[in-house]
Amino acid sequence: MTPTDTSDPSYFHKVVDCQWACPAHTPVPEYIRRIAAGDYDGAYLINWKSNVFPGILGRTCDRPCEPACRRGRVEEEPVAICRLKRVAADYKNGVAALMPRAPDQRNGKRVACIGAGPASLTVARDLSPLGYEVVVFDGDARAGGMMRSQIPKFRLPDSVIDEEVGYVMQTGVDFRGGRRVDSMRALLAEGYDAVFVGAGAPRGRDLDLPGRKEAAANIHIGIDWLSSVSFGHTTSIGKRVLVLGGGNTAMDCCRSSRRLGGSDVTVVVRSGFEEMKASPWEKEDAMHEGIPILNFHVPKEFLHENGRLVGMVFEKVRADHDEKGRRTLVSTGEPDVTLDCDDVLIAVGQENAFPWIEPDAGIAFDRWGLPVLDKTSFQSTLPNVFFGGDAAFGPKNIIWAVAHGHEAAISIDSYCQGVDVTKRPPPMTSLISQKMGIHEWAYDNAIAPDLRFKVPTLANEIALKDIRTEVELGFDPKLAFAEAQRCLNCDAQTVFSTPLCIECDACVDICPTDCITFTANGEESDLRQRLTAPSIHPDQAIYVSDTLKTGRIMAKDEDVCLHCGMCAERCPTGAWDMQKFYLEMSHAGQACRSRA
Amino acid sequence: MTYLAKPKFHHPALETNDLGFTHRDYEGAISTLCAGCGHDSISSAIMRACFELSLPPHRIAKLSGIGCSSKTPTYFLGQSHGFNSVHGRMPSVLTGANLANRDLIYLGVSGDGDSASIGFGQFAHAIRRAVNMTYIVENNGVYGLTKGQFSATSDKGSKSKKGVANPDSPIDLATIALQLGATFVARSFSGDKDQLVPLIKAALEHQGSAFIDCISPCIAFNNHDGSTKSFDYVRAHNAALNALDFLAGRAPITADYAEGTAQPVTLHDGSTIRLRKLAGDYDIHDRVAAIGHIHRLAEAGEIATGLIYLDEDAADMHQRLGTVTTPLNALQGADLVPGAAALEKINAGLR
Ligand SMILES: Cc1ncc(C[n+]2csc(CCOP(=O)(O)OP(=O)(O)O)c2C)c(N)n1
Ligand code: SF4
Ligand SMILES: [Mg+2]
Repeated sequence: MTPTDTSDPSYFHKVVDCQWACPAHTPVPEYIRRIAAGDYDGAYLINWKSNVFPGILGRTCDRPCEPACRRGRVEEEPVAICRLKRVAADYKNGVAALMPRAPDQRNGKRVACIGAGPASLTVARDLSPLGYEVVVFDGDARAGGMMRSQIPKFRLPDSVIDEEVGYVMQTGVDFRGGRRVDSMRALLAEGYDAVFVGAGAPRGRDLDLPGRKEAAANIHIGIDWLSSVSFGHTTSIGKRVLVLGGGNTAMDCCRSSRRLGGSDVTVVVRSGFEEMKASPWEKEDAMHEGIPILNFHVPKEFLHENGRLVGMVFEKVRADHDEKGRRTLVSTGEPDVTLDCDDVLIAVGQENAFPWIEPDAGIAFDRWGLPVLDKTSFQSTLPNVFFGGDAAFGPKNIIWAVAHGHEAAISIDSYCQGVDVTKRPPPMTSLISQKMGIHEWAYDNAIAPDLRFKVPTLANEIALKDIRTEVELGFDPKLAFAEAQRCLNCDAQTVFSTPLCIECDACVDICPTDCITFTANGEESDLRQRLTAPSIHPDQAIYVSDTLKTGRIMAKDEDVCLHCGMCAERCPTGAWDMQKFYLEMSHAGQACRSRA
Repeated sequence: MTYLAKPKFHHPALETNDLGFTHRDYEGAISTLCAGCGHDSISSAIMRACFELSLPPHRIAKLSGIGCSSKTPTYFLGQSHGFNSVHGRMPSVLTGANLANRDLIYLGVSGDGDSASIGFGQFAHAIRRAVNMTYIVENNGVYGLTKGQFSATSDKGSKSKKGVANPDSPIDLATIALQLGATFVARSFSGDKDQLVPLIKAALEHQGSAFIDCISPCIAFNNHDGSTKSFDYVRAHNAALNALDFLAGRAPITADYAEGTAQPVTLHDGSTIRLRKLAGDYDIHDRVAAIGHIHRLAEAGEIATGLIYLDEDAADMHQRLGTVTTPLNALQGADLVPGAAALEKINAGLR
């Protein structure tokens, strides 16, 4: 293998698995260390810069970071990265004064954002402080988009949304609530320099089965029903409720039903329990509230009597895999199952819909009804129109919407300043030694052996009484500290210097996870076979040194390195050093343009 | 200065041995030696050897004297018996322990100061008595613990850190062990685990006094230019006589080396070492030739390493003395007090 080029920012970035997995590339270990140090403001601001909605995401994020967390590879569970984000939001106290305000002078450029969800609000936050006049339109009276309309209040209280949406608005954003844009042409005619479409994926899929029309009064589309509940229009539901679908929307539907009078709520999914789209913790939370999940039941028919829904019929299936590994659901041959019910909530997916974009507006769509976009700039076929969030690539989640918003803001800024939008700015990085003394580092390198701490919640008896009572209590500062200590500080990189190494083997001997090998060089596939401990995750990098005095190389499998710094403590010559790698994504602005 | 304990987390796919242990189960307390000390590598090689041999840690007794090297038994085999004796007195404590309980596996760990200076006589007598043990000298040419004075194994002319040359002749412990009748003699280097681990395994399996002189650079006081015990010097002058693979159990010998270069040697317990000859027709069974050979190499400035001598059929101290096969602590009252009739018989034999 050729020696690893650690000057490529992506090398060390990838070692920080959580940050790499986060769509917005939030510097996770750094904010967790701040929490451990009791610097909640600092932790919040690091998050706020990257992901705009720390309090909201700390309660609702899909957490792509957690499955990536290295801790999950050396013990049972990853660090509770998401809920630590909430800790920063809960215990901060001095951030309001530090938030950017509207600039004294505008730059003369006007940007319209359609929809006031996470993508649009991110664009607004990035551009407004730079002097852009940003106008955000939304059909709802208050900003927040799906965060406000679709996420139940017992998971995300309005106060949290108000605060974080407020920080965005405070940058001088012109919010036009209650104004649904119903013609792109008309909007374009208003002469904006750029338009950002962040209108989400607003249409819930229906199930066209026998009885659908006749029983319509008690059959509801999940996301519509959730927003009706959020805005207080719907305040009750029947005792027996069936929720169809296995995603997070289905989980929100069933848990909301439990709080609105549904005493006998069941989730029914077509495929297997494991294949459900919902995050594992959302499934757990639903089951904890006494909601069973029936799998391998395919809905067949709505049963009704005298115009009222009385039940549903399901066919029982099992999963068959053909030789190509493709899965099909085939009938088990057992008799169909009838489940009695008073209401059905359909949460089987969402679609994009742009009925308000005229076909001749100059914006091309593909055959799935999604806009044709440049993959990195999110520019549409109409050069001054950009898309992001669910509106761009179909339903994803808040953190992806935020990441898109940042990228779109860069593009819009470049576009308005006459810079090529395909030129993307590199991230900002730094690499700083953490050495303070012989056995002393600027970070806490002791490895806490604790298993993951549970977030305290309200007892079901109290939680299920009121749909607006937040069920999770969040970590208290003591638990937060203990959980923060579980972080392995993967950004404290093991940096190796070939000329300093005397090949004494001390690092090999001390490494608790047998990451380090001194051996003859070879092809990657061959080298992976000859490591001190087997390479079990080929997607994890091998750090390879230059050729050493004895003709061998140092090869370090990054996979399960604990970043404990033992190698560097044991190194007599300082050939190993622990250096903090900090990576911040570039956001729209002059500095960012000059780097592109 | 704090020494954090080594984290308990380990690689998720660590291999286990016949006892179900991983190599991490053979660890001891965290080492307090200087970073990069060769002794730590030897500790690591000992753990590796015991792991690979699937030795039950509670059947091993580690004994040592005084010195950085003698401190190391604290840093490996935390579940084994241990005795940190007085300076240079490890051999007699080990001999006594072995006489009392012949069933344990004895591992003596010592330094060049501990064995070639203050404990030279003790070393000599334990070897010549054929005590069944593995005796490792972690040889750095200095008294590390007392800050780097030349030891008795330091080569004539080797320079101290301050540049002063050693005026005295060195003691070569491997040659002495050969002269004293050791039945297993080897030399190795802390920086070469491929060589060291199989040697320790073979020594542990050997029935009799097995001696390993292991060169182990002292990072703090003897790893500079002009030293003959530095990493660089030893790597540049290492003349390996052979390389060996240790095969546990009666594994078939499937050597695919050129004819005459691979030599299988079967040990007492049936395990086999396969020697790959690196130095012409060097014969590990010829004690007298061995002494000459390593002397000639030393004259040429080369350090002979590898398995120097082996007598796989030797008798150990217990066989020589005809002691009872049961460890003394397991003898029952009836064995110890055989009664008046037996006494009568003994008395009659003495008349
Ligand atoms: C009876 C006695 N005399 C002298 C000492 C001082 N002393 C402690 S360690 C040591 C030398 C150790 O040298 P060596 O065995 O080579 O160990 P190293 O530290 O080099 O590994 C000496 C002389 C002592 N502890 N006890
Ligand atoms: S003084 Fe020398 S022998 Fe002792 S621990 Fe330090 S490096 Fe090792
Ligand atoms: Mg010494």
